[in-house]
Amino acid sequence: MLDLSFRPNLPPLLRGGPDDVHTLVHYKHFIFGSETSEDAYNYVDIGVFLNTIITAILVTVLNLCFCYPIAFYMAKVAKPNSARLLIVALIIPFWINELLRSFALRILFAGEGVINNILISIGFIDTGINFIAMDIALYTGLTYAYILLMIFPLYNAIESLDTNQLEAAKDLGSSTFRTHWRIVIPHAKAGIASGCTMVFMLTAGALATPVVLSSPNTYWFTQLIYQWFNMNDNWSRGSAYSILLLSVSVVFVLLMMRIFKVKIGEIIR
Amino acid sequence: MSADVELNNISVTFGSFYAAKNVSVKINQGEFFSFLGPSGCGKTTLLRAISGFLDPSEGKVLIAGQDMAGIGPNKRPTSLIFQNLALFPLMSVSENIVFSLEVRGVGKQERQKRADELLDLIALSGQGDKKVHELSGGQRQRVAIARALAIEPKVLLLDEPLSALDLKLRQKMRTELRAIQKRVGITFIYITHDQGEALTMSDRVAVMNEGELEQVGLCDDVYDFPHTPFVATFVGENNPFYGKVVSVEGDKIRVESHNNTFVAKSGKTGDGKNHSFSTGQEVIMFIRPESIFIKNENTQLDNTFKARVNTVEFEGNIKNIYLKINSKMNVRFSVPNAVDTSNLSNNKDIELTFSSQKAVVLPKGSLAVD
Repeated sequence: MLDLSFRPNLPPLLRGGPDDVHTLVHYKHFIFGSETSEDAYNYVDIGVFLNTIITAILVTVLNLCFCYPIAFYMAKVAKPNSARLLIVALIIPFWINELLRSFALRILFAGEGVINNILISIGFIDTGINFIAMDIALYTGLTYAYILLMIFPLYNAIESLDTNQLEAAKDLGSSTFRTHWRIVIPHAKAGIASGCTMVFMLTAGALATPVVLSSPNTYWFTQLIYQWFNMNDNWSRGSAYSILLLSVSVVFVLLMMRIFKVKIGEIIR
Repeated sequence: MSADVELNNISVTFGSFYAAKNVSVKINQGEFFSFLGPSGCGKTTLLRAISGFLDPSEGKVLIAGQDMAGIGPNKRPTSLIFQNLALFPLMSVSENIVFSLEVRGVGKQERQKRADELLDLIALSGQGDKKVHELSGGQRQRVAIARALAIEPKVLLLDEPLSALDLKLRQKMRTELRAIQKRVGITFIYITHDQGEALTMSDRVAVMNEGELEQVGLCDDVYDFPHTPFVATFVGENNPFYGKVVSVEGDKIRVESHNNTFVAKSGKTGDGKNHSFSTGQEVIMFIRPESIFIKNENTQLDNTFKARVNTVEFEGNIKNIYLKINSKMNVRFSVPNAVDTSNLSNNKDIELTFSSQKAVVLPKGSLAVD
């Protein structure tokens, strides 16, 4: 695919012929757009790409903020039985196919969906909120889709922390926030890095959820890749775009390792 | 500054199980006080109630006269040293020691100064930048003490902190802990199942069993005048002679046991009075291994009995000699290593003697199970 991304899109008969040379034409197209376009840069594709990456980062941060308390509760606060019950409650929804889960969220968030109906019936709002156009449905869907991949690395990391250290910190006068900041988070950083990289990569590479939940104006980069491959039959351009997404994901992993000062072995563990 | 600690009728229940039951004791300011008992006797529960990690189901904890109800562990004038020390592995030794100051917003320079002072106190000067895992077991122990002392607590609580060390280091740390306590002058409350530790370091000990206090007192009092059969057998070694009271003459009790008649002093109750015995009552007479001697012309005390040598066991500084009075009754006594025991061959019948002043009679009750 890497090789394909550097070759021109040729009809089958010409492949392997004199025109089939290595070229940067697809990467150029990503940056500068088609030759017939009047814009200096390919604002549409770059915009979609940046939007995807930034949203994926936001979703990852959101996921971390949401999952950390749950993971901490399961690992250190809950009694073994309620922790197990919570784990089951978290896992069961994921027995359902991702596409179906996205459609279920669509039903919840639709203009005349469950949430709007409830809000209207209790008199909180007069007219339905367009959650889908505001991309709230998309963010919720993406955050929820990979929640387990964040919770379990965090849970594993926090669970291995000696509970006496939490008590020792408290006994020495530390507030709850500071105990987390100085003791729990440094201990769990490998789990945090691992969860963040997985969630980021899968969110940036998600297809089903954006297709079902994104607003008509929002395009996800994977949708572009899908179009080049399947609708425009331009596999080499699709490959080039895939390679771009992959590169950003790899850079993100390296960045996380740098930020959290962990080695690749610790992330995998 | 030091403070006294008063436990006022403390009970801690988990469901219908009493982890501690009606415990009342006053620990004086600046005292080294130990709770001694077998595992599961409730001593750690009491410590957690004092430190604030656990609310007693009934009763009050008073520190310096102030009721501690509703005050969390981070607000109490106590510091706890955990059994596994719970040092923070990702911080340096100095950061560990002054963590309590950091969370109180003390400036960096002052923290550094205090860390250096405390490193001096525990004889680890210049090692503040090391990570905890680079230290030896004994050094970690001292870091844990320094960390607990950094905020100058009024009461230091120690939860068997020496139990993970090997014997030599443990003995050294006992002396060191005692010296540190003398130097800083604050109240130390120490939890242990090791009677050697409790007796060597403490001013007073409280012996606990199944959630209840059996006896509180000075170390030698607890050793010489046990109030219950449990204390008699848990603190130090003891030979229990089951028998019946023959007569009572003041604090002298005559006891018949295994076809011998012995004279022994009466045991005391919690309020310092003698137990009252009646003729025919079932009792146990306790005599310690080091108080029994082989009878000869020079050594003749007011009690004697005959027994048969079973085995002689060499323990280093002492020798233990196991005897049989009859098929049911075994007696153990010990002699210093220097004593010649070559004439004590197996199955030899010998005559032994002990003083009535060293034997204690107590009402029948349960012994400490080894």
